[in-house]
Amino acid sequence: MFNNLSYKNQRTLILFGFLLIPVALLLVLSYYPALSLLYYSFTDWTGVGWDMNWVGFDNYKEIFTRPEIFASFKVNAYYFIGGLVQTALALFFAVILSGKLKGRNVFRAILFLPYVLHSVATVIMFKNVYHMEYGSLNVFLGAIGLESWQQSWLGNEHLVNFSLAFISMWKFMGLSMIIFIGALQSIPGDMYESAKIDGANSWQQFRYLTLPSIRSVLELQLILTLTGALAAFEIPYVMMLGANGTSTFVIQTVDTAFKFQKAGLASAMGIVLMLFVVVIIFIQRKLLPGGKD
Amino acid sequence: METKQNKLVSVLKYLFLIAASFVVFFPIYSVFIGAFKTQVEYYQSGMALPHDFFNFDNFKRVMKIGKLGSSFWNIGIIMVISLAGNIIFGTMVAYALGRFKFKLRAPIMALYLGAQLIPTITTQVSTFSVIKAFGLYNTMGAPILLYLGADVLQIVIYLQFINSIPKDLDESAMMEGASLFKIYRSIIFPLLAPATATLVILKSISIYNDFYTPYLYMPAQKLRVVSTAIYSFVGPNAAQINVISAGILIIFIPTVVLFLFLQKYIFSGVTSGAVKG
Repeated sequence: MFNNLSYKNQRTLILFGFLLIPVALLLVLSYYPALSLLYYSFTDWTGVGWDMNWVGFDNYKEIFTRPEIFASFKVNAYYFIGGLVQTALALFFAVILSGKLKGRNVFRAILFLPYVLHSVATVIMFKNVYHMEYGSLNVFLGAIGLESWQQSWLGNEHLVNFSLAFISMWKFMGLSMIIFIGALQSIPGDMYESAKIDGANSWQQFRYLTLPSIRSVLELQLILTLTGALAAFEIPYVMMLGANGTSTFVIQTVDTAFKFQKAGLASAMGIVLMLFVVVIIFIQRKLLPGGKD
Repeated sequence: METKQNKLVSVLKYLFLIAASFVVFFPIYSVFIGAFKTQVEYYQSGMALPHDFFNFDNFKRVMKIGKLGSSFWNIGIIMVISLAGNIIFGTMVAYALGRFKFKLRAPIMALYLGAQLIPTITTQVSTFSVIKAFGLYNTMGAPILLYLGADVLQIVIYLQFINSIPKDLDESAMMEGASLFKIYRSIIFPLLAPATATLVILKSISIYNDFYTPYLYMPAQKLRVVSTAIYSFVGPNAAQINVISAGILIIFIPTVVLFLFLQKYIFSGVTSGAVKG
């Protein structure tokens, strides 16, 4: 095609031709929205039309002074706690399933299965599981004689966020587990052999050999848990539309923008969330000793 | 003594694994049996198996009222076009960044990494106005454009792969006078196939699953995809619970089939992305 050009010219042509569109897409669809979000956050834009006035830091003041906006982070905390439990369980099953065990591939596949199931359909499936009268959970509890454990899983405001966070655990535990298994398998087996010769028991092997070797993966998982919890949206939105005290920060942002047509305020909320994420990742990368640079 | 203890440990391991498997299958079992039951049966029979496993009424009804056929068609078109673009752009970027040293190389890598820090869901307010400005609102062009760009995970996986392709191959092709474009097309692109397979599977699952993009950018009824179709079953004009169960089951099938046959690729993609990312 370009045989008549020198390799130097071809190189220039390839670099331009191959990078132009992808980088343009990146700039237009990721960076431009982020920057304009910053601009909108200082305006009173409604999101309809292009009329907007500069209001300085008013939107930010509103976020930090209207308690109901910031209080929604309490709901996100349930997803964070769920995420911690999920990470612990994932590590536990990863350790079990990376050892010699009959049927381990079958169990790996079973525990990973929820991750590939369609996400909205999964939430609706759980709606049927949690149903007060006919939901399979309460029916099952009744059948095994645990009537006293039957609950209004979505109606009880003290319980509903746990019920929703559980769905997230159910869906993503297998994913974390497979990631941990990948990390565990990269530890050379002879290290365990020599640890055994030195008389280390299983717990000591885990504590002093396994844990340090998978540290960076574990750290990454925890960060993903935290940022994932901050961005929790789909499960409470599909299940409850954020009703009954299940509205997370992102649901509030989306409602503020598209339902209450306060795009300026919503943009400021988006910027606050983005700052949180950046700070968390910065802390992990720079401040934690031994973190990746 | 030693072996007795080992036996106990492996019994315990199996108990935990069986308990976890039970938790995984319990909700799936509930929708599975529900999908074959009549409405009266659903409310009366609890967790029992359905009377008639050949009762496909719910499946027929959900296909009709949910217009699932056209939802599968729509998401299929969106997937084919976005994935094709994704592969072409992803391999091109990887070739340019992986094979050449140039001034903008580091800044471009930084751009890709930095983009991961932006939580896309919160920038929707302004992404929305970009899509509107392009005139793509309420067209399939909106999700296609949003899925088209390569993400960091993709670049990282492709770069890892391209680095393992020996540079000698490029050089000997150059000796024979092949153009750089030809080297990309007939050496690099084909050799990236295993990475492409992994990425296509992972991307397919994530596009198929995505709810927010179609929900926000394509509210038109005729543009419904699978996510927005099943979402419309809940809420005020909800369908009967047994009919919804059939819908859930149908929607589960494609990715489960993909998983059963291509598990190896899915696992390798998930791990390589996380360990290196």
